[in-house]
Amino acid sequence: MNLTATTRRAMGRLSAAVGAFVLAFGVLALGAPAHADVVNPELPYKVSGNVQNEGIGVNGVLVTVTGGGGFSAEVSSDAEGKWTVGVPERNADYTVTVDESTLPDGIAVVDNPETEFVESNVQTVTVGPGGRVAMNFFIGQGERNTVSMVDQIVQRLISGLNFGLMLALASVGLSLIYGTTGISNFAHAEMVTFGAVVTFGLVGILGDSALPLAIVLAIVLSAGLGWGLDAGLWKPLRKRNTGLVQLMIVSIGLSLAIRYMYQFFIGGGTEQLPGSDAPQIALFGSVKLSVVDMVSMGLSILLIIIFGWWLTYTKIGKATRAISDNPSLAAASGIDVDGVVRVVWVIGSVLAGFSGILWAYFRPGIRWDMGGQILLLIFAATTLGGLGTAYGALIGSIIVGILVEASSLIIPSDLKYVGALVILIGILLFRPQGIFGRKERVG
Amino acid sequence: MDFLGILSSTASFILDPTTMAYALAGLGLAIHFGFAGLLNMGMAGFMALGAYGYAIGILTFGLPWYLAAFVGIGASIVFALILGIPTLRLRGDYLAIVTIAAAEIIRLLLLTAVFTDVTGSADGLTGFNGTGGTVTNPTPGAGGFNDANPIPSGEYGFEPFLDNERTWFIRIVGMLILVGATFAVWRLVNSPWGRVIKGIREDEDAVRSLGKNVFAYKMQALVIGGVLGSLGGLLLALSTNVNSSVYVTSLTFFIWTALLLGGAATVFGPLVGSVIFWTLQAFLGLVFPALAKAGLLPFSGIQAAQIRFIIVGVILVLLVIFRPQGIFGNKKELTFVK
Amino acid sequence: MSSSSQSSTPIKSTGLHVGEIKPGVAKKDPILVADGVRRQFGGLVAVDVAHVEIPRNAITALIGPNGAGKTTFFNLLTGFDTPNEGKWSFNGKSLAGVSAFKVARMGLIRTFQLTKALALLTVMDNMKLGSTEQPGEKLGASLFPFIWKKKDEEIETQAIEILTRFKLDTKKDDFAASLSGGQRKLLEMARALMTKPELVMLDEPMAGVNPALTESLLEHILNLKKEGMTVLFVEHDMHMVRHIADWVIVMAEGRVVAEGAPDEVMKNPAVIDAYLGSHQDTDLGTVTGRITLPKKGKDS
Repeated sequence: MNLTATTRRAMGRLSAAVGAFVLAFGVLALGAPAHADVVNPELPYKVSGNVQNEGIGVNGVLVTVTGGGGFSAEVSSDAEGKWTVGVPERNADYTVTVDESTLPDGIAVVDNPETEFVESNVQTVTVGPGGRVAMNFFIGQGERNTVSMVDQIVQRLISGLNFGLMLALASVGLSLIYGTTGISNFAHAEMVTFGAVVTFGLVGILGDSALPLAIVLAIVLSAGLGWGLDAGLWKPLRKRNTGLVQLMIVSIGLSLAIRYMYQFFIGGGTEQLPGSDAPQIALFGSVKLSVVDMVSMGLSILLIIIFGWWLTYTKIGKATRAISDNPSLAAASGIDVDGVVRVVWVIGSVLAGFSGILWAYFRPGIRWDMGGQILLLIFAATTLGGLGTAYGALIGSIIVGILVEASSLIIPSDLKYVGALVILIGILLFRPQGIFGRKERVG
Repeated sequence: MDFLGILSSTASFILDPTTMAYALAGLGLAIHFGFAGLLNMGMAGFMALGAYGYAIGILTFGLPWYLAAFVGIGASIVFALILGIPTLRLRGDYLAIVTIAAAEIIRLLLLTAVFTDVTGSADGLTGFNGTGGTVTNPTPGAGGFNDANPIPSGEYGFEPFLDNERTWFIRIVGMLILVGATFAVWRLVNSPWGRVIKGIREDEDAVRSLGKNVFAYKMQALVIGGVLGSLGGLLLALSTNVNSSVYVTSLTFFIWTALLLGGAATVFGPLVGSVIFWTLQAFLGLVFPALAKAGLLPFSGIQAAQIRFIIVGVILVLLVIFRPQGIFGNKKELTFVK
Repeated sequence: MSSSSQSSTPIKSTGLHVGEIKPGVAKKDPILVADGVRRQFGGLVAVDVAHVEIPRNAITALIGPNGAGKTTFFNLLTGFDTPNEGKWSFNGKSLAGVSAFKVARMGLIRTFQLTKALALLTVMDNMKLGSTEQPGEKLGASLFPFIWKKKDEEIETQAIEILTRFKLDTKKDDFAASLSGGQRKLLEMARALMTKPELVMLDEPMAGVNPALTESLLEHILNLKKEGMTVLFVEHDMHMVRHIADWVIVMAEGRVVAEGAPDEVMKNPAVIDAYLGSHQDTDLGTVTGRITLPKKGKDS
């Protein structure tokens, strides 16, 4: 998902091969150098290291060591690149962070070529019974600043568009369901996960090479899920005249039940679909896309066009819009509301299931709660475009997708969903009808 | 299969601080939803503020524990105000989405590495209750919650409630908070104030047309329920570490389930619902793996432990459809306004 | 109904206006004055009232065809909706920007076209909500019953008195949900009286009411006037309007098109035009009447 990281990783392998690295030593192995920069010398246990680039110590690199109980200490490397931090506890984990902005230009933390250890400027070390530990960072040349800002922005926009199109597949379904039935369907998240989990299961049975078949079957089963949910649950509830709030809470219960059912079957870990490690192809500059990304975007666009055609020109599509507009009028004018709602559930479920497969590649990985991770983004996208309007949901999704991906250029990537959620709240407050929704007439 | 052992462990959940914490949050949700009709789907956020406010008050601000407790409560009041001023004018289901998003924002802010110094990020916070503090963070050695325990050390009670002085101290404190809160809520909802918020639940325009400041009442209800939720979080923090992974949306949904189980528009419903819900959870979490181990169920112990969550979801669906008023609620007074 | 013979011949107030009768005519003693009140929804002008005055201690009917903007005008006057422009005042005090609950506190109480009985509260709780004097409705005081218990008993006595008048006293412990549509209308009106209003605004008080109850509803409206209150009501039924209203204001397409005493207004060509278009030889009451009013008193 984090394409900058991917880029960096690839570049890092290259430069690591050239042989630039920083090695960090245990103080025990070296004997504590008297002149190393030492923080908290009074504490009994030590974490230490040595920052070097091609054998030369790097001065003034900021290293932060944090641990349990709120422990945190900052240290700068000395002229030889050495640093030591006293820590309060042994048999405990500490997190060591190199502040990359304090590294000289053109240098960043890279992969360890021997261990295939994923590059990160944040590492966890365990201070064992000996009470001392050395931290190894491998630092390489030329990857931190070589990705130009323009390339980064383009990369993020493309990535955001891809994410947005994927969200759109899920959102238009949610929006149609809301429009025709009034249900804020929290179980939509599980309809998204369904596509991915079923594909994963089928690939397990049929083999990796049968992936296209597995995807087709998963989509057929998604259709079945939508049909079954409406026939078995939602239609009877409509007949009972169940209130909207009740329906919403029913969908929450359903979401919990199905979600944990996935966990029951596939466990709590992350699984991959075949091809998720597809190589990336350079497009221009440092902008890269994998084949899967391209296929994913192409298919999303194709599906959305088909869906738009269906909604605009077919009889059922028109009926769907009529019902979203005014259910009682639509019913009075002879539209088979139940029949249309059934079709909407099937289509919503198919689109959600397919977006789940794409989400599995985009994340990447399949998890039992993967749909739940983007549920609020789907709600945000749907609300942004105007609840109940399918075209609005499409635009809203693309905005949310690009916003989420682009925001991590500015804010830490672990906060990138926050931006979208803030927008969701803001939209509900100031323009609850969304960008394209109509303001309801009062009185 | 040690069935007696399972029953005993299950029974211990009746007096578990966690159960009490969830009962408090449920009580808050009863005020929100059951009485005032506010669809708060962000109770986990209020609880997180109660827990983290307390822990951060001690670890970052160096407050004594009893003052730190008010940091969490204060934070939840501020959160309720920030959330309420703009959102209480929104339609019900919009409020649900706003609150769930706001609670997620709180969780993500507690989880991010940006504020690791204060929040502990993914590791959460530990060692703020007096004992077990670290050297660099000598939490108020003699002033911590655990050190305020007047009970001499030792084991008290009888199985399954045989526990040490610390556990009993938390239980007693939790019980006092819970009893106090329940009494206050009972007083509130049976007063003219309660009459007004119930009226608002039914139709806020009608109540407005009778000269009541509907917005102020809804805000008061939101704050009171939020404070109860933060007290639940506080209780969790008193008994264990705080970690953002606890305060997820599922927690909110579980509290909803417990609330609806007992009856949303009742005072004792959340209490009884929480006890039933969490003991049932504990029981199923023990009995299914035991059955699996004994070869009576055809799947692994880990899988067996998951079944209970599936059952929770199914219970929630069935409750809402077939008994929306809960076990103790009056059928006529079921609270789902159409 | 003991006083029904009286109800069939209500005493009309006359001489309410000053000067020539025309839309927006001044009243001798207006309680409510609206000036240039305009409300637009998108491109549609729902209400555009240049000037209108409501006479004090009289029963004024606001009539007009569907979509004339009557309910929207109600919403604007009572603070439930905000006009795009205009000013309006109650007892000389401007109501512009005053929120709905404050308007109600000033003595201007409304009911709704779709009855808003608080279904899952008892009839008595519905009534008690109407009182504006209960200190226990404050959050702090509510925790201490000794502060509000005594007042609550007083309010209950007052409520029972009104309920008895509305023949709802036997239902006082039932949930409002169990009442019939007409009884809910009665309850809504009774609840409004608990606030001791000066001006009662009723939005289609007769809509959906069982004919058996209409007579008693009419009588309650007439009683409001007898007790010194002012009534403004929206109604489609011309029989009823002719029967109880002292003054009639006619709206069409958001504007006030005519005003006057009931019998005069019914003959006004502008009104007939607004209602009927070309069918001008038909009696308005026949076209709009849903109920047949009793010509003679009869017991229910």
